[in-house]
Amino acid sequence: MASSEEDGTVEEKENNNKKRTKSALVTAWLTFYNIAMTAGWLVLAITMMRFYIQRGTHKGLYRSIARTLKFFQTFALVEVGHCAIGIVKTSVIVNGVQVCSRIFMVWFVTNSIRQIQNEESVILFLVVWTVMEISRYSYYTFSLLHHLPYFIKWARYNFFIVLYPLGVAGELLTIYAALPFVRRSGMYSMRLPNKYNVSFDYYYCLIIVMLSYIPLFPQLYLHMLRQRRRVLHGEVIVEKDE
Amino acid sequence: MKHYEVEILDAKTKDKLCFLDKVEPNATIGEIKSMFHKSHPQWYPARQSIRLDPKGKSLKDEDVLQHLPVGTTATFYFRDLGAQISWVTVFLTEYTGPLVIYLMFYFRVPFIYASKYDFTTSKHWVVHLACMCHSFHYVKRLLETLFVHRFSHGTMPLRNIFKNCTYYWGFAAWMAYYINHPLYTPPIYGEQQIRLALIIFLFCQIGNFSIHIALRNLRPPGSKTRKIPYPTKNPFTWIFLLVSCPNYTYELGSWLGFTLMTQCLPVAFFTLVGFVQMTVWAKGKHRSYLKEFRDYPPLRSPILPFIL
Repeated sequence: MASSEEDGTVEEKENNNKKRTKSALVTAWLTFYNIAMTAGWLVLAITMMRFYIQRGTHKGLYRSIARTLKFFQTFALVEVGHCAIGIVKTSVIVNGVQVCSRIFMVWFVTNSIRQIQNEESVILFLVVWTVMEISRYSYYTFSLLHHLPYFIKWARYNFFIVLYPLGVAGELLTIYAALPFVRRSGMYSMRLPNKYNVSFDYYYCLIIVMLSYIPLFPQLYLHMLRQRRRVLHGEVIVEKDE
Repeated sequence: MKHYEVEILDAKTKDKLCFLDKVEPNATIGEIKSMFHKSHPQWYPARQSIRLDPKGKSLKDEDVLQHLPVGTTATFYFRDLGAQISWVTVFLTEYTGPLVIYLMFYFRVPFIYASKYDFTTSKHWVVHLACMCHSFHYVKRLLETLFVHRFSHGTMPLRNIFKNCTYYWGFAAWMAYYINHPLYTPPIYGEQQIRLALIIFLFCQIGNFSIHIALRNLRPPGSKTRKIPYPTKNPFTWIFLLVSCPNYTYELGSWLGFTLMTQCLPVAFFTLVGFVQMTVWAKGKHRSYLKEFRDYPPLRSPILPFIL
């Protein structure tokens, strides 16, 4: 009797230990990830500033940071995985939509359409993204280390109020600038006849992407506003259920 | 006979919405819903969710008052399910759309293709065959909705009709546009491919219909009972030995046949999306069979024998 009781508690202790090491591993990984991303975006910010100070122009700036940007922005896909397995409490869909729109802007617009890489709108969204990501990742890092300076929390939940709309403007203006080049080159498009009996026009696809900002952006913005009220002012927000 | 008193509170605000006195002990939830409807005519019974606990599960219409864990003054909580629409209406609307839309593309109604093609017909016989198969499929679905299916739920939320119709009508238009296009390319392997595809399609249509009939015969008219389906004398039902939801298996087969017949990527895409959705439904149904019946045959998989 006594031994089986002991076995029971030993097993329990083992399970608890497993859970503790698992959550310690998870915390270690998340801390490393967020420090790495903060560092990455800081490097981007510094490189961009140095370029502008040294050259006095934004022409060629995108090309100089392209590789670093592609690396760190693509790596952010990992975050969708974090949400999916539940180690981060954000919804997969919210995070997924944000990461996908970033990946789309980087790989399918700015990177592949060279003629628009020197547009001012590109610099606009790059600056916005850099500031947002540095404040977001440093917020996560400090939260995980349980030492969150108030100004980081303040930055994370207030900068977006101005930066989100500015970022959207930069992105939309860039896509709009790219349209004539897409039409002329027929890139990423497929015409009839072909053996798959399908066609795809990247030009109209981009227009649909631009239109999709209309329903999507307000939802993300309002979501952030609700988060802000909850985190900064401790308000309990009753979400619409179903 | 002791009568019950029933009070109905709003599940969110806890406001007293209705008080019924002298309720028979053998009254059902359905009857209580009708009484509630009299005092609140905007909430017809189908949109009422009555529960014992504000956050609990809905009570069924068949539940009897005296068999519920309540005292002689029963407190129920009410939640508005929103505007409801009958399943039959939704099915009829969502299936008539693809039927009509596909035919519009088939007959090349103006403003779809270049005007020189208006009201012309395709020179490929597979296009005519595809039209017949697609139309047959949706006519079959409409007739089954009217004469075969026995629905356990009467209604669903109104917003579902918009979601469902967008899906069915949208995909029908997308597929029909390419299949009936003047620049359509017929299947690479020609007659062999089309013949094989047609056999698969017809086989699965008959299979799907056989399963619907078998499921209907499990349930006496007007009842909502659930029983384990078993193979019957019809060989098309022998798949019940291996699969819980063979109607979805056959449906997947039909669309694979149609994809092969038309060799059209949008059709393949529609088949894939449908398969994902049907797998989700099949897994849910399989799980509820396992929960409800202790002696459920262990060999069965939800939708694909041994695989899924």
